[in-house]
Amino acid sequence: MKIATHIDWKAIRADFPILEEQVNGKPLVYFDNAATSQKPKQVIDALVAYYSRYNSNVHRGVHSLSQQATAAFEATRRKVQQLLNAREEAEIIYTSGTTAAINLVASSWGSLHVQAGDEILITGLEHHANIVPWQMLCERTGAKLVVAPILDNGEVSLDAFAQLLSPRTKMAAFSWISNALGTVNPVHEMIALAQAVGAFTLVDAAQAAPHSTIDVQDLDCDFLCFSAHKMLGPTGIGILYGKREVLEPLPPYQGGGDMIKEVTFEKTTYNELPLRLEAGTPNIADVIAFGTAIDYLQEIGLEQIEARENELLAYATAQINEIPGIRLIGTAPDKRSVLSFMLGSAHPYDVGVLLDQMGIAIRTGHHCAQPVMDRYQIPGSCRASFAFYNTFEEIDRFITALHKVQKMLS
Amino acid sequence: MQEIQDQLIEDFGFLEDWEDKYAYLIDLAKSLEPLTAEQRLPENVIKGCQSTVWLHAKMEGDRIRYHADSDAFISKGIIALLVRVFDGQKPEDILHGDFYVVDRIGLATHLSPNRANGLGHMLKQMRTYALAFQSKTQNA
Repeated sequence: MKIATHIDWKAIRADFPILEEQVNGKPLVYFDNAATSQKPKQVIDALVAYYSRYNSNVHRGVHSLSQQATAAFEATRRKVQQLLNAREEAEIIYTSGTTAAINLVASSWGSLHVQAGDEILITGLEHHANIVPWQMLCERTGAKLVVAPILDNGEVSLDAFAQLLSPRTKMAAFSWISNALGTVNPVHEMIALAQAVGAFTLVDAAQAAPHSTIDVQDLDCDFLCFSAHKMLGPTGIGILYGKREVLEPLPPYQGGGDMIKEVTFEKTTYNELPLRLEAGTPNIADVIAFGTAIDYLQEIGLEQIEARENELLAYATAQINEIPGIRLIGTAPDKRSVLSFMLGSAHPYDVGVLLDQMGIAIRTGHHCAQPVMDRYQIPGSCRASFAFYNTFEEIDRFITALHKVQKMLS
Repeated sequence: MQEIQDQLIEDFGFLEDWEDKYAYLIDLAKSLEPLTAEQRLPENVIKGCQSTVWLHAKMEGDRIRYHADSDAFISKGIIALLVRVFDGQKPEDILHGDFYVVDRIGLATHLSPNRANGLGHMLKQMRTYALAFQSKTQNA
């Protein structure tokens, strides 16, 4: 494991204004990073700068502001392309988030490739966003949704995954990192296995992109998607990466402005990639600020971030295991950022409410992954998820608070 | 109903910090008699709560008797507060009476009806029962 030492994490923390807030009279401890990350002032400033100085619509104005906005808007696309090591900018499609990206693929790609009798393979770890769009596709077409089960420790059974693949499998869609358990899936192997039967692949990287370097050429997946707001960017903007040869034949997902070449009432011809899949005025301000978020992450370095978060997770895991009656949900050897647990027989809701009284924000419930909770026969879990700006002292406060909660609920 | 609420407000008034208030809420939860397995029916589950809350109601004479339970202490404490206020009351009083206890026990910011605690759903369900029993009596 790489050790994150030479970075001044305290100085980095000072970039996040919200971390100075008090909640219920206590300094905020924000451990709900898997739901959404906090934003550094650089990102907030980028939003203010756009709206204060060069707000205007992109791609069509000849005036200076429009050109400036377009340049900044397209600069983010280039940054994302480089972040992912995609071959070209046209392979980067802006969406409103991971959910919208998967829906786009299920709808557009699905209409082109999926028929009755075909199969879509997902895993038992998936977020609802990587379940429901495929269920809807299956309902429309008569295809079948197949689910690779997970093992007791929260890993996908690679054997089962391999066995469930067949020439009928048109798509294998799976998360890189589980939002509910933190399990890191062996995506390289899973992609290779799927390719061996001729299936397309989609990687839900919503939980991976904030913590890991991603190389789509190395992965060789057909699609990969993630959300900006989980990686220091604004809400309402996400990325769909697709290989050009896979994106090119896709019918447009939505019709409107920006996606057309020529419109008459008889026939419309469509624009080139990526604009063909981006109908209407896009989320300009948030795209631009997402570019700033990428700069910020890269300045620290994603490898450093990953190392720091692994240290925080390892420390928290060791500390929480000292609490009598604690049950970790998901104990895969390779995990990122997420600590999912049950505090004895306490209902997660009670734990969450009482921790909130002490200024500590965690997520409780099913984390939009009900099948995972069903797998462990629990109504939901408590989930603490860490980001690089969190501290070991915050984890100490969290552990002390858990002891107190346990006492109050006993 | 007013008397009961004023008494609760007085009880909570003696408690100074959030810990004592929540401890009292948890005590209220523990004082609530658990529902039997046959009362824990899916149709008695109140939707919209992060925990599972069951609410069962029946008429005794001209009064409604509420029985409630939850798998979480805090939800059970909240519904125990509601049961304390509404149990044994007439439907019309439940429908038209002023319900103010939650705002005045010092937990209002945490127990506001629009939060994930489901308070709004619990209140609505109790009043739905009251409405149903009222129209039943009127039609009888």
